[in-house]
Amino acid sequence: MPAPEPEAPTTAPTRAKDHSPWNWLLFLPIVVPLIPAFFNGDAPRIFGFPRYYWLQLAWILLGVSTTTLVYQMTKKRGSR
Amino acid sequence: MWRDHLTEIIVFSLLFLLVSAMGFVAARWRRPKDMAHLDEWGLGGRSFGGWITWFLVGGDLYTAYTFVAVPALMFGAGAAGFFAVPYTIVVYPLVFLVLIRLWSVSHRHGFVTPADFVRTRFDSPVLALLIAITGIVATMPYIALQLVGIEAVLKTMGVTGESTVARHLPIIIAFAILAAYTYQSGLRAPALIAFVKDSLIYVVILVTVIYLPYKLGGWGDIFDAADAKFQASPNPNDGILLNGNNQLQYVTLAFGSALALFLYPHSITGVLASRNRDVIKRNMSALPAYSLLLGLIALLGYMAIAAGVKPLPGASAGSVDNNTVVPLLFDQQFPDWFAGVAYAAIGIGALVPAAIMSIAAANLFTRNIYKEYLKRDASPAQEANVSKITSLVVKVGAVACIVFLDPQFSIDLQLIGGVIILQTLPAVALGLYTRWFHRTGLIVGWVAGMGLGMWMLYQVASPTKKHFGGSAFPLEKFGFDTPKTIYVGIVAVLVNLAVAALLTLILRATKAPEGVDGTTPDDYFADEGDPRVTPGAERDADPAREPVA
Repeated sequence: MPAPEPEAPTTAPTRAKDHSPWNWLLFLPIVVPLIPAFFNGDAPRIFGFPRYYWLQLAWILLGVSTTTLVYQMTKKRGSR
Repeated sequence: MWRDHLTEIIVFSLLFLLVSAMGFVAARWRRPKDMAHLDEWGLGGRSFGGWITWFLVGGDLYTAYTFVAVPALMFGAGAAGFFAVPYTIVVYPLVFLVLIRLWSVSHRHGFVTPADFVRTRFDSPVLALLIAITGIVATMPYIALQLVGIEAVLKTMGVTGESTVARHLPIIIAFAILAAYTYQSGLRAPALIAFVKDSLIYVVILVTVIYLPYKLGGWGDIFDAADAKFQASPNPNDGILLNGNNQLQYVTLAFGSALALFLYPHSITGVLASRNRDVIKRNMSALPAYSLLLGLIALLGYMAIAAGVKPLPGASAGSVDNNTVVPLLFDQQFPDWFAGVAYAAIGIGALVPAAIMSIAAANLFTRNIYKEYLKRDASPAQEANVSKITSLVVKVGAVACIVFLDPQFSIDLQLIGGVIILQTLPAVALGLYTRWFHRTGLIVGWVAGMGLGMWMLYQVASPTKKHFGGSAFPLEKFGFDTPKTIYVGIVAVLVNLAVAALLTLILRATKAPEGVDGTTPDDYFADEGDPRVTPGAERDADPAREPVA
């Protein structure tokens, strides 16, 4: 059996199974937590936490909500 | 003296024995059809659902060493230690789509290790061997570090002796028990114990973050105390905020560590043990809950500063062991019985990942060295048996690292481990998406990345050491006129990729043989219920798959 070329156009229909515009949202929680200009400061403090700490902890919420949203929007429904 | 800590020792020992018993019973949990098969022993039957996977992968990635070392880093250096938070936020969206492809192709071909995948994808036993060795070498010191975690706790409880043997006896006993139940139950043992581990850790952390700030005068005071400490220290790179020079290091370290995390063989083991693609996706969106825990645990380092904790002396005269600050904080601030619970949480927190890591390393040896080079026609039962025995050897090796070498050496090795496991990224992670890279290009890229990474790590000095003093490489050594630093792993993997790409272009132009891709595009989307191919039969029946390179 000859091995099919991975980049061959015949793979397009199956490939589409993982393709969704929603996936682009995943870049948000990858890029945003890696920009120190957002979080590297003391003020304002919340419950005594400098911005550096509460904002980075808050990005956990950004991460969870984004991946959850993408999962919900792309999960298999029926045979699709 | 240990007598002062009797309550703590008793609580610790009781909880430790409880999970050990669970470890042995786990062999019968979820009724394996046939334990004498690597799929059952090494991957728990590939049947774990959402909750088990959550505890297993979580218990796997957030280790005792994390719980001890991250606050220790915060205690010593401040804001730079908080990198663990963005690191564990970034990792899940990053691997959300990648891991389901790995799961699918592994499900269809019966892959147990990342090197199995590389072997079939690039038709190169040499590349697969490199990936396997990289995985084993990166994992060994990681297991040893789990022991460092337990040892920090034992040291605080005063369970320590004068002679080398007496000092390490508790660790040796703990690991003998761990080895015995891992041998018997395989991946089911850490999966079951992870429930206890996480319950204990959640309880301890919830109590800590509510009770300790109240006792220490509130979060504001805790941060102010940390700020005052770093203001007074002569080190220019500490502080409760980053400065201009370590921001690049912070970001590249967080990103590089995230890239490395799921290349570690033990993370892949946890993922391959899950039942279907949905379980993985759901977990990738839920696992960051642990990051919150990790962030709060990191802040224990500042609480220790506010509480005036003085770390115990280290192995060499005049040094301090910052790893003891969290156990000491618990000892000072909590009643004895609760400190015992907290210690047990750390101790058990070491067992779960240590078990998974030794299983992953054993699987690599079995599949990619034993079966590939020593016994091509090994039966599934023989494979399982070799893996079980190798997992014992791996643990003995880890204990030997701690007993006969300075634990600091393991910490250095782990630092190196992160850099070297990153060098498998082009073959394993990019290999899941494209076969564009030529196998020889990948091999040479690996060599280049590894060589550069080692050289850079060797150049990094710290106040206490001339070499291997950390992962922050000063850019001025590359000739840039700047005090900024960058994470070694990122530079090494970029060079690895560049070399692999360049060589691929050259090899393609010279029409060097590329081997046969044993996977089809469709393999990357297979899900639960898909008919499986038995890898042994497939490989033996198809002469085209014989090694070429």
